[in-house]
Amino acid sequence: MSTAQAVQDSSSFVEGTTAEELGCWLAEMLLIRTFEETADGLALRGKIPGGMHPAIGQEAVAVGAVRGLQPDDIVAGTHRSHHHALAKGLPPGPVLAELYGKAGGNSGGRGGSMHLADFDRGLWGSNGIVGAGLGIALGAALGARVRGSNQVALGFFGDGGANTGRVWEFVNLAAVWKLPLVVACENNLYAVETATKAVTGGGDIAARAAGFGLPSRAVDGQDIVAVQAAVREAAGRARAGDGPTFLELLTYRYKGHNSGEVIKYRTEDEVLQWRNSRDPIEQFSARLTAAGLLSSDLLAEYVDDARTRVDEAVAFAEESPWPDPSTAAENVSAWSDTNGHAR
Amino acid sequence: MTAPEELQTYSTAYQQGMREEMERDATIFVLGTDLYERGGHFAQVKGLGESFGAARIRDTPISEAAMVACGVGAALNGTRPVVDLNFMDFAYGAMDELVNQAAKIRYMWGRPVPLLVRATAGVSQGGPQHNNSLQSWFMGTPGLAVVFPSRPWDVKGLLKAALRGQDPVIFMMHKLLTGARGPVGGMDDVVPVGTARVVRPGQDVTLITYGYGVVIAEQAAQALSGSGIDIEIIDLRTLAPLDLQTIVTSVRRTGRVLVLDEAPALAGPAAEISATVSDHAFWYLDQPVVRLAGAHSPIPHSPPLVEALLPAPDQVIDALRRLAAADGPQLAAS
Repeated sequence: MSTAQAVQDSSSFVEGTTAEELGCWLAEMLLIRTFEETADGLALRGKIPGGMHPAIGQEAVAVGAVRGLQPDDIVAGTHRSHHHALAKGLPPGPVLAELYGKAGGNSGGRGGSMHLADFDRGLWGSNGIVGAGLGIALGAALGARVRGSNQVALGFFGDGGANTGRVWEFVNLAAVWKLPLVVACENNLYAVETATKAVTGGGDIAARAAGFGLPSRAVDGQDIVAVQAAVREAAGRARAGDGPTFLELLTYRYKGHNSGEVIKYRTEDEVLQWRNSRDPIEQFSARLTAAGLLSSDLLAEYVDDARTRVDEAVAFAEESPWPDPSTAAENVSAWSDTNGHAR
Repeated sequence: MTAPEELQTYSTAYQQGMREEMERDATIFVLGTDLYERGGHFAQVKGLGESFGAARIRDTPISEAAMVACGVGAALNGTRPVVDLNFMDFAYGAMDELVNQAAKIRYMWGRPVPLLVRATAGVSQGGPQHNNSLQSWFMGTPGLAVVFPSRPWDVKGLLKAALRGQDPVIFMMHKLLTGARGPVGGMDDVVPVGTARVVRPGQDVTLITYGYGVVIAEQAAQALSGSGIDIEIIDLRTLAPLDLQTIVTSVRRTGRVLVLDEAPALAGPAAEISATVSDHAFWYLDQPVVRLAGAHSPIPHSPPLVEALLPAPDQVIDALRRLAAADGPQLAAS
C-alpha cells in the first residue's frame, strides 16, 4: 500500500517485522474499527437482516493473531468474527454484502455475519455455534497432520465457549494428539450479558486449560504486539510438531452483544475506562509514534484510507443484487438432486 | 463383477470394503473409540489396526463432539475421515457437529465434506438409550445422506460409494444383522447412494422397508407365497436421498402398499415414504397406504416389552393378506 511506503525508514521494535509491516497492522485495525462502526450503524437502520455482533475494541486480537500466523494457515472464528475475516484479508465489500444477504457476498448471502468464509484466504468460517469454530480448526489441524502439510490451524472461541463441554473435548484431543493447533480464547468478559467471572469455576480460563497438559497463558489482547508474539510462538511450536498452545486473549467489546442492544449489565464507567486507557488502536498508535514510526499525517492517511475502503464496501453491498430465489435450495448435497429426492 | 462372489458377514463385509478402500486411497483414515486393538464394538474394523497402523486406525477418547469435529475439519482439509461412533445413539453428543456443521458446509460455503460417520443402529437389546431410531432425525436434515444396508453386498458396495463421494454420509448398520451372511462384490462393485433394490418382484402388494425390516419382509412374502399372494419387496438401502423412481414405479403397478419400519411412526421414515407415495402415485392406489411402524415409545430392556412395541412378523403377514384381498372402499388396515 502506498501509505506504508511513507513509514519512516526506522528499525521496527518487533523482532522479525519491518516498520512497514507495523504500519499495516495499524491500518488493518483502523479498517476493522471503521468497518464495524459503519456496519453497526447500518444494522440499526435495518440493512443487515438479523443484526450482527460488532467486535469494536477487539481489533488487536484479530490482527495480532493473523499476523502471528503464516498466510496459508487456517483460522476458524466465532459468531463475532468480522475482525477475524478482515484480518485474514477478506475484502470488505463482499463481507458487507454477505451481511446484507446479497449475491455479491462471500457466500452469496447464504451465510451472513455468523457464517463468513473464504477458504482460499484461510478463513474456515465464522460460526454461529459457541465453541464450534475451534472444532473445525481441530479437524483442519488433524487433516494437515494426516496429509503431512506444514499448516497450522487457529480456532477462536470466547469466554462463553470456555464454559461449553465441546471446547474441552477439542482441547484434550488436540493435546493428546499433539496437533498443530493454536487454541485462542478471546475473553471479552461477557458471554452475551452474563459476566464471565460469575459463571466460570475457578475464575481463570488459562489455568483451567493448563490441566490438559498443554502450554497455556493469558495475554493482553489489547496489545497487538503481545498477541502477535504469543501466536507466532504458539504457531512455531505447532509447526515444529510440539503440539497445541492455549492462549487466553484478554480483551473487551465496546458495544453490546448485538448491534443496538441497551446495556444494563455493566457500567458506562467500565466501558470508558477500557476505551480511554486500553484501546488497542490508541495504544499501538502511541507506541508507533514514540518509536518515530508514525506521523500525524501518516495516521490521517490510514484513517482516510480505511474510510474510503469502507465507503466502497457500502456502495458494493448496496449495489449488489439480491440472490435469485430460484437457487435457494440448490447445492444442498452432492448426493441429492432436488430437495432430498434422488432421480 | 470384478471378483468372484464370496460369502461374508455383514460385519466382515464392512472390514473388507474398508481395507480395499484404504489400500486404494491413502487419505482415508478411521477414528473412534476402541478401534485399534478391539476392532470396534462390532468387529467392524477388526484387523485393520495391524494392517494400517495407529495413525490410520486412530483410537480416541470418549469425546463424540471432538471425534466428529475432527472428521469435519479433516474432510475440509483434503482427507477422507471415517468417524466410527460404535453405537448410533452416541451421536447425540455430536449433534451440533453433524447437523449444524457437517451437513451445512456445502450449502453455506460451497465446499465438499467427504465425511463418513458409521455406527451400529437398530432396535435390539440394550434398553432405552442404545436403541434410538436416529434415522428419522438424520433423514430430515438437509445435507446428510443416510444409508441403512440390509445385507453384506450392500454394506460393502455402499461403503465404497460413500468413500468415493463428496459429502457426508451417515452409515447405519443394524445390530441384528451383524452376523448375517451373504455374497459381496469385488473392488469396484459400488452400490450408488440413493438407489433402492427390488429384493423380490411381485404383482399384488409393494412392501417398502429397509434394514432388518427386509428380513421380516422376506419371511412374510415367503409365508404368503403358498396362498397365491405375490409380494414385491423394496429394500430402500438409502433413506436420504430416497429413490423415488423405484418406489413409484412399483406402487403404480401394484396399487397396494405396506410400509414396514421399526422407527416410531410419528414423523419417521414410514411417514415420509407414505406421503411420498401419496404425492406421486395417489391415483394408482387401490387401497390406502398401510403403515406398520414402531410405537411412540422409548425401547425398554425386557424382551417381551420390546416385542410389544415393534411390528411383529404375524402382523406383517396379516396386513399383507388384508391389503391383497381388500376391494372397494373398505380399509385394509381396519
